[in-house]
Amino acid sequence: MKILRNLSKDRLAAASFILIVVTIVAGILAPYIAPHDPNEVNMRLRFAAPSWEYLLGNDHLGRCILSRLIYGIRPSVLWVLGALFISVLIGAIAGFIAGYFRGKVDFFMMRICDIMLSFPGYVMTLAVVGILGIGLKNILIAFILMKWAWFARVIRTAVMQYVELDYVKFSKVTGMSDIQIIWKHIVPVTLSDIAVVSSGSMGSMILQISGFSFLGLGIQAPNAEWGMMLNEARQVMFSRPELMLAPGLAIIIVVSAFNFLSDALQVALDPKLIRSTNKFQKQEVETEIRGGKIHEYTRS
Amino acid sequence: MGSYMMKRILVSIPLLLIISFLTFVFMNLSPQDPAEVVLHAQGVPKITDELMTQTKAELGLDKPFIVRYFDWLVACLQLDFGNSYVTGQPVWSLIGPAFLNTLKLTVVSSVVIIILSILLGVVCALREGTIIDQSVRGFSFFLATMPPYWLASLMIWYFAVKLDLLPTNGMDSYKSYILPVAVIAINYAGIYFRVVRSSVLNHLNEDYVLYARACGVPERKITMHILRNSLQVAVSIFCMAIPIILGSTVVIENVFAWPGLGSLSVRSILSRDFPIIQAYVLILAAAFVLFNTLSDIINAAMNPKLRKGL
Repeated sequence: MKILRNLSKDRLAAASFILIVVTIVAGILAPYIAPHDPNEVNMRLRFAAPSWEYLLGNDHLGRCILSRLIYGIRPSVLWVLGALFISVLIGAIAGFIAGYFRGKVDFFMMRICDIMLSFPGYVMTLAVVGILGIGLKNILIAFILMKWAWFARVIRTAVMQYVELDYVKFSKVTGMSDIQIIWKHIVPVTLSDIAVVSSGSMGSMILQISGFSFLGLGIQAPNAEWGMMLNEARQVMFSRPELMLAPGLAIIIVVSAFNFLSDALQVALDPKLIRSTNKFQKQEVETEIRGGKIHEYTRS
Repeated sequence: MGSYMMKRILVSIPLLLIISFLTFVFMNLSPQDPAEVVLHAQGVPKITDELMTQTKAELGLDKPFIVRYFDWLVACLQLDFGNSYVTGQPVWSLIGPAFLNTLKLTVVSSVVIIILSILLGVVCALREGTIIDQSVRGFSFFLATMPPYWLASLMIWYFAVKLDLLPTNGMDSYKSYILPVAVIAINYAGIYFRVVRSSVLNHLNEDYVLYARACGVPERKITMHILRNSLQVAVSIFCMAIPIILGSTVVIENVFAWPGLGSLSVRSILSRDFPIIQAYVLILAAAFVLFNTLSDIINAAMNPKLRKGL
């Protein structure tokens, strides 16, 4: 609750949060919200300009662009969120085990992570798609395979800060089981780190996954997906450049909302940063945040 | 320094071996039988068992797994990645020139990115909090949310079609480089200039800067000192960036029809041409490891403190 209150003080972050919630709800309720069937072909309305019935106009097959955008939320945002959640979960389990038990388990797990991270992101995805065949499902599998190692690394580092603290040692002495200690004493304190890291990679994941759909390796026609819509718009780019606008802007808006939110989340979750209203300090913090992000970019 | 270099190189060799083994295993995990893929790709109308056995023997698929791995590894070290399933040409004759084209694009973009991000980073750090700093940072935040392929398409539409200044695709002259390099540079310089900026900012408050100022050293000279120290971080990040750019040009290459590795790999995935995909994954993963090693060595050369770590 306190986190939410802190977040709501930052107007930009609050707006981003509302936008993301609205997008997610719209994606879930797509059949009820979308004014038309996204795959309904109507050749008479080919390239029709926006009208009251078709608010964003129609594409090269006369399909309603707005409905396609709304249905496109499912693969472009919801499935990506799902993939992110799974990879964070796997990464968290691995990270907790490695960071808490240390020793040989830690060494072994980190070497596995090293190996996974030595395949550059795009190459790994192309490899998985090359083996399993094209399709959104396989791209998401590739992303889970590739991202969990990165999350495991970060979460392990976060866990290690707390393992040596007195209260954890005390719980050990009193005979609490390891699982209980992790669950009661370590998960709650590392949750904020996990939230920041995972929300920070959401934006780049949306961009990359829609990129693969744009290349024709992800979701297949006639399904609506933002990258796919851009791919279709590219075919008629020279005569109808305006078709690139709606899906492109949708991606930009959602990705910036996630980026703003993750920055704000970092500030809101770190008690040290809330108290400091000093502008200079705030800026310093910001560069640190960027530093963390950059590290992730160089890894992915 | 010499011993550090040796150790660092020795560490990377097992990693390379594991990567090559994983690549080999990955490719053998494919649900489809390669022999069947080859026959399909060559357009054989009816696949008989006899034909399958014959093709398997031809491709060496009837040998044990480990034997096949070592045969494959030795062949790879001699740049023999087998033949394309689709065209039957040696993979290297396809991948070699494509790799060169991608490398050209990567090197040109990297140089632009490095110059741009150092320039922007230093200017923004020295003018911290001013309009220049804030607008550059705001703009780069905005650009980072843009899908690169979307930006590329818009640029093609505007510069190549509307203004008719630059070619839309291919690599014919120096003009073909302008658009792809611009898109890649915009994409990455926005990220990397922040590294330079924050590292310069960190050094601005160091004691040696205060001391130099107190002694009356001219401001330009102080800036040079700061630059030298703060670029250490930048060097390691740029070394990491080069293989990443090498791998992530996939999208840009496809938009601009650049005859490089990215276009080739997407084409091979669509036609399920496994030897090319395998070679692509292996070459880029190896490049990644090599550049990482190189960046560690360069860092150690610049900062003796780091040499103890290993």
